[in-house]
Amino acid sequence: MFELLGIPPQALFGQLLLGLINGSFYALLSLGLAVIFGLLNIINFAHGAQYMMGAFVAWMLMTYFGVGYWWALLLVPIAVGATGIVIERLMISRLYNLDHLYGLLLTFGLALIIQGLFRNQYGVSGLPYTIPAELSGGTNLGFMFLPNYRGWVVFASLVVCLATWFAIEKTRLGAYLRAATENPTLVGAFGINVPRLITLTYGFGVALAALAGVLAAPIYSVNPNMGADLIIVVFAVVVIGGMGSILGAIVTGFGLGIVEGLTRVFYPEGSAVVIFVIMAIVLLVKPAGLFGRTA
Amino acid sequence: MTFTKGLLLSAALILTAAPALAETAVKIGVLNDRSGIYADLSGEGSVIAARMAVEDFDAASKGISVDIVSADHQNKPDIASNIARQWYDTDGVDLIVDVPTSSAAFAVSDITKEKNKVFMNSGAGSADLTGAKCSPNTIHWTYDTWALAHGTGNAMVASGAKKWFFITADYAFGQSLEKDTAAVVTAAGGEVVGAVKHPFPGTDFSSYLLQAQSSGAQVIGLANAGGDTVNTIKQAAEFGITQAGQSLAGLLIFITDIHALGLETAQGLVLTEAFYWDLNDQTREWSARFAEQNGGKMPTMVHAGVYASVLHYLKAVEATGGKDSAAVIAKMKELPADDPLFGKGEVRADGRVTHDMYLFKVKAPGDSKGPWDYYETLATIPAAEAFRPLADGGCPLVN
Amino acid sequence: MTMANTETQVPMTPELTIATPKHHVVIFAVLLGLLLIAPFVLYPVFLMKVLCFALFASALNLLLGYGGLLSFGHAAFFGSASYIAAHAAKVWGLTPELAILLGTGAGALLGLGIGSLAIRRQGIYFAMVTLAFAQMVFFFALQAPFTGGEDGIQAVPRGRLFGLIDLSNDLTLYFVVLLIVFGGLMLIYRIIHSPFGQVLKAIRDNEPRSVSLGYKVNRYKLAVFVMSATLAGLAGATKAIVFQLASLTDVYWTMSGEVVLMTLLGGMGTIFGPFVGAGLIVTMENYFAGFGAWVTVLQGVVFVITVLLFREGIIGVIARWTKKPL
Repeated sequence: MFELLGIPPQALFGQLLLGLINGSFYALLSLGLAVIFGLLNIINFAHGAQYMMGAFVAWMLMTYFGVGYWWALLLVPIAVGATGIVIERLMISRLYNLDHLYGLLLTFGLALIIQGLFRNQYGVSGLPYTIPAELSGGTNLGFMFLPNYRGWVVFASLVVCLATWFAIEKTRLGAYLRAATENPTLVGAFGINVPRLITLTYGFGVALAALAGVLAAPIYSVNPNMGADLIIVVFAVVVIGGMGSILGAIVTGFGLGIVEGLTRVFYPEGSAVVIFVIMAIVLLVKPAGLFGRTA
Repeated sequence: MTFTKGLLLSAALILTAAPALAETAVKIGVLNDRSGIYADLSGEGSVIAARMAVEDFDAASKGISVDIVSADHQNKPDIASNIARQWYDTDGVDLIVDVPTSSAAFAVSDITKEKNKVFMNSGAGSADLTGAKCSPNTIHWTYDTWALAHGTGNAMVASGAKKWFFITADYAFGQSLEKDTAAVVTAAGGEVVGAVKHPFPGTDFSSYLLQAQSSGAQVIGLANAGGDTVNTIKQAAEFGITQAGQSLAGLLIFITDIHALGLETAQGLVLTEAFYWDLNDQTREWSARFAEQNGGKMPTMVHAGVYASVLHYLKAVEATGGKDSAAVIAKMKELPADDPLFGKGEVRADGRVTHDMYLFKVKAPGDSKGPWDYYETLATIPAAEAFRPLADGGCPLVN
Repeated sequence: MTMANTETQVPMTPELTIATPKHHVVIFAVLLGLLLIAPFVLYPVFLMKVLCFALFASALNLLLGYGGLLSFGHAAFFGSASYIAAHAAKVWGLTPELAILLGTGAGALLGLGIGSLAIRRQGIYFAMVTLAFAQMVFFFALQAPFTGGEDGIQAVPRGRLFGLIDLSNDLTLYFVVLLIVFGGLMLIYRIIHSPFGQVLKAIRDNEPRSVSLGYKVNRYKLAVFVMSATLAGLAGATKAIVFQLASLTDVYWTMSGEVVLMTLLGGMGTIFGPFVGAGLIVTMENYFAGFGAWVTVLQGVVFVITVLLFREGIIGVIARWTKKPL
């Protein structure tokens, strides 16, 4: 059996698969961010906190109402998306005529509030959320033992990502949305309720984050800090992919998951930073991102 | 000197030389993590333990009034250092206890030495606190990385688990824990087949667990703590690590971690601790009282250490009749440590407190009679062997 | 896109000379007077913390308020200067003024390196590049052996200033720090009220027009970036000596966020705003330290309210009422 830099291929494939699994979280989260930025020009720093809320609401549904995982997958994004709509209506919409960076600062503040409140209430030790029975156990793939749940995560992410991409790029609704961001007055003149479209889009982006949270709840511990360090990485993913590009976010998300997975094998201490190095390089060489269109 | 001045001077001397029946007012600061990963194993519980010590000692009737304050250092050395400095400078704190997280402990140890106060650590792990970085003002209770490494390391190698793979938290504590355990393993005839360092704190350990699996090790040593350990163990269960035949050795585990994991996932884990609530009648009695005030949660060894250290401090204050730091510390090292929780022990010249350590194994769900009934005792490591020999630490106070 | 504060209604009286307005002199004098007596009333170490952060926020304000560039990675300069100064004082045994100088120099060099690469982009991309580089600096600080990782560099000696003045006395050190911080503030004031500063404001308000007027915009931007980084470094190096500790908190991205908050709250583009903002935030943190995560919540609330309602910041609002630039 050949060895690649001292790592047998079995181990390598295993790590690549794990990287793909992590990449699906990155892809899902950066998809939400890309939708919000690409279409609304809002930099949603609260995305990580909304991801965390998704995991927590799923836990609350289970603990207080006995509502299981499959229902949570449906209900949680709707619930958290609704809070997103409220935030947009009350606060973010006031900032549209100002510099984008105010939106960043506002959502940064919101993230601090949400995280702080949850930390006060629930402490920082993780809360348990069990893998649903239908998805527990695993399959022995030969080169590694793949837990069924992780396989499900990749599958679900891919489906959601592709569906979103299709909806935005190929359907009429998506076309309205894209037109509304380029020229809201003209689109409004056509009789389309642009503010409502924008609000719903923000809500959708937040719902995507919450969905990622529900998917994450059984495998990462449900704790208030789970979004905090993730958000910076997701930003990097979106910037690399191109801040307006849905496809860019998806591809980069999965891609970076794989790169991170490989780094964990060869230089684990650097796994946390490899993404920023790539981001800096991309920004300096192709500032609009790999798939982005220059503004 | 005129007659009046002399009279006044004598009066002043007489008044200050009044008998020590005057009240000694002592202020104790409980500094730990109240909102982060170590909040459960220290946090408010340590404050409760400190208060229990003051009440059980009956300080009031012995002429010692005790005031307890607490603060959250958020596991950061700079915050810990600032709070300690302010406590000593402006708030009149005489003794700081607890302080989990080794980096914060070092910071507090430095400030305490500079301001000549007293620091009794119960929560941190690094053995350097009584080794290369020892201080005449610091006393280290409960546990340290040397004791843990020797306890668990020796036990597992003796039971046949010779090949080790380490998953280490990439910071000072994790690295020292790995280093100490690796030394023990190799000295006992075992072999370290691999190691990987993960960023601290980490979230996803699947990649490292996979590497551990393919390394052919019999034991995966977890040189991390708190949430990291809990997550690694959970994910190990998910990936069927133990089903496939490898065992996990948690090098630093607290009973709160087992509580968070649940017996289903944690069963079979071998670990070393300094205290368990169900050890004997005395620990049971104390723990029941503690749990009443702590929302039904049983004490960890850190809580027990805070109780014991405050008790010992008050004994020394009573014996010396005051709170002069140097005198109190000298008295604490002179008096043998003796409390219902740790039994008999010794406070050494380097600041290390020795007492028995225990090797535990986590019960299977079927063997447990109720919540918090998690451990079965495998062995007792006597105080004389449990801690690093005095001469080996490299502490300048030891001559 | 720049962060032009298009809502300030300060009357645009054309100035033929850039003389120091009298009210500024008065405010500086009053401020200095208050700061001279403050250590006898309040805990000097707390005051020194306020001063260091006031300088840090003022440095950021130079870049953000007057240069119109939002840097989300200023902690990189603050923190690396902190580490260098700490290392110099502890391991190389340098006297504090040399250690601080070295730290400041490190901040300047890093500012030059990061700035020359970041300047190529604008707006949100600029902010993201600075964040990326700051994360890399954090990673370096985490891994490099000399920084001590999680422990940080501890037990940094305060030393003797110029080999003569013993700084272990909090009061003595306070006056030294006051000198440094006030000096930094004066320097910033001078930079802003100079032809250079005028061009900077022009670039902030309308970059294309400045380019068309023939100004080498990128050079100005880089210059102000390096100045800002240097002063942030000065703040960090001083802080390391005061608290005798340099740790990862100093390079972590939340530190960058906090200093942006201080500048925003106090008032971007005002002279005294960052001072006020730093004072308020540090006081708030100190007061709420016992309450754990409530500090985070409160910071978030302050952020949200400031962005929604008080974009000009406290001093900005006062400036608008009194119709004088502050």
